[in-house]
Amino acid sequence: MFEIRFHGRGGQGAVTAANILATAAFLEGNDVQSFPFFGVERRGAPVEAYTRIDNKKIDIKMYIYNPDAVVVLDTSLMSKIDVLKGLKKGGYLILNTQKKPQDFNFKDYKIAVVDATEVAVGFGLGSKSAPIVNTAILGAYAKAVGNVKIESVLEAIKSSAPSRAEDNAKAAYESYNRTILGW
Amino acid sequence: MPMMMLKGNESTAYAAKLARVKVVPAYPITPSTVFPEKVSELIANGEMDAEFLPVESEHSALSAAIGAAATGVRTMTATASQGLAFMNEILYIASGMRLPIVMAIGNRALAAPVNIWADQQDTMMVRDSGWIHFYAETNQEALDLTIIAFKVSENENVLLPALMGMDAFVLTHTMEPVNVPEQKDVDAFLGEKEINYPVLDPSKPATFGAFVFPEHYMEFRYSQYIAMEHAKKVIDDAFEQFNKIFGRGYSKVSGFQVEDADILFITMGSMTGTARETVRKLREEGEKVGLVKITVFRPFPKDEIIEITKNAKVIAVVDRNISPGFAGAIFTEVAASFTNVKNRPKIIDFILGLGGRDIRVENYEEIYKRSKKAMRGKFEEVQWIDVDEESVKEVEGSL
Repeated sequence: MFEIRFHGRGGQGAVTAANILATAAFLEGNDVQSFPFFGVERRGAPVEAYTRIDNKKIDIKMYIYNPDAVVVLDTSLMSKIDVLKGLKKGGYLILNTQKKPQDFNFKDYKIAVVDATEVAVGFGLGSKSAPIVNTAILGAYAKAVGNVKIESVLEAIKSSAPSRAEDNAKAAYESYNRTILGW
Repeated sequence: MPMMMLKGNESTAYAAKLARVKVVPAYPITPSTVFPEKVSELIANGEMDAEFLPVESEHSALSAAIGAAATGVRTMTATASQGLAFMNEILYIASGMRLPIVMAIGNRALAAPVNIWADQQDTMMVRDSGWIHFYAETNQEALDLTIIAFKVSENENVLLPALMGMDAFVLTHTMEPVNVPEQKDVDAFLGEKEINYPVLDPSKPATFGAFVFPEHYMEFRYSQYIAMEHAKKVIDDAFEQFNKIFGRGYSKVSGFQVEDADILFITMGSMTGTARETVRKLREEGEKVGLVKITVFRPFPKDEIIEITKNAKVIAVVDRNISPGFAGAIFTEVAASFTNVKNRPKIIDFILGLGGRDIRVENYEEIYKRSKKAMRGKFEEVQWIDVDEESVKEVEGSL
């Protein structure tokens, strides 16, 4: 079983990212689950969402406490929220940032970075002040973790994006190519 | 059959579509709101041929459902928590008028304090309303059991409304792969809706839900009781037929690792999966533990419970509800089932997960530990799990 936690702000599409990643993993024959942190969502407020992936049937229905990977859609959250909480040693940390992996001092984790905001703005996803980076960051996930192929991510985006499916898929692919791995 | 990624509320909306429901009166309430949204969308897209009635309250939603069902058409609605509480008066009217309405419930805590999360208090509150109760563990079950609910409700020997409970958020808002059946298969399973009860018909005027004197009221109640007894076999038959067509088997009560288990968890709803995972873990550690899942709560599967637990020394009932002054509702039913049974196991009630507190593997490990201790000695009948007892005692005093 592989468990992923997404951090974002309401409106950035973290919940949709968790759903699309689950769909992509499902297309590859896995059992999956995705769910938001159960609560009341507000635009701009911190949001968490989760995905579970397993090659056998998933029975468990509790929250994810010790994820194998953490995806951060908005690194400004990191000053307020411990995004590393419970992340397994050696786990993946995928960040939407202009910085380089070596700019972060998290030696226990595999860090991958991409400027998903620039990619999303480039494809006109959301607005410049409020870009929707969820599909772009999934390209980075596919590159960094590799347990879901980028082709499946693109297919999942095309089949489930509520609008602008092509641009969203292009953004994911662009991010995939731009992702910098810190290991 | 196509697999789709669906949330629990979407699963029940697709079930409504596949059952060819004709009228959906609904009033939105968290966590059920996605049901009316999805049904409206399916109707607007032309995928579903039904009348959606946006009413002004839950009381009106079920009243409108009664009106629709009384004309003989297949009718469904959905609600949760306070919405179900507000419907209470009408629930008894629906069952008393013997109308086969189906309702999806997003099981949620009751106020006060206000809480929108998973808890089965709401449907336990309407235990005695004469509705059949199904409970889903997964979104697949939510879809399947909703379709099965129509089959059972509409049976001429039953003609009782049915509710299908799924836990708030844990199912209603969680996305899982769901095998969505083909329309032709659901048509074959359910058949054309028959008019097998008196309906509103201007050419044959009749009175419904009328005033009844003491010399007749009891016979109406007795007939409801008999209908619910009939439902026991009708449900078994419906499960069997469903399995033949769709290849997914259900039973009112199902066991996992029960044969040689000294201790059995009894669970209902989404908490079951985590319990199963815990049983696997404890089995690997050599513990003799198993699991019994309740899928049908009304009619209560008393005989099946007694049979499936016959080798157990301790039954650990898990209740996501509490009746202050006694115990959780499932404990009450399970304990009562053994009233006239000679060699009964010890039965303990564990209260947990109220108001959406996450039900974790560790909680079941704790329940197992306490049950194992109880196997050899004294025990408290009702025990709360994962609760800050000390802070409560500071205010309320110790027992």
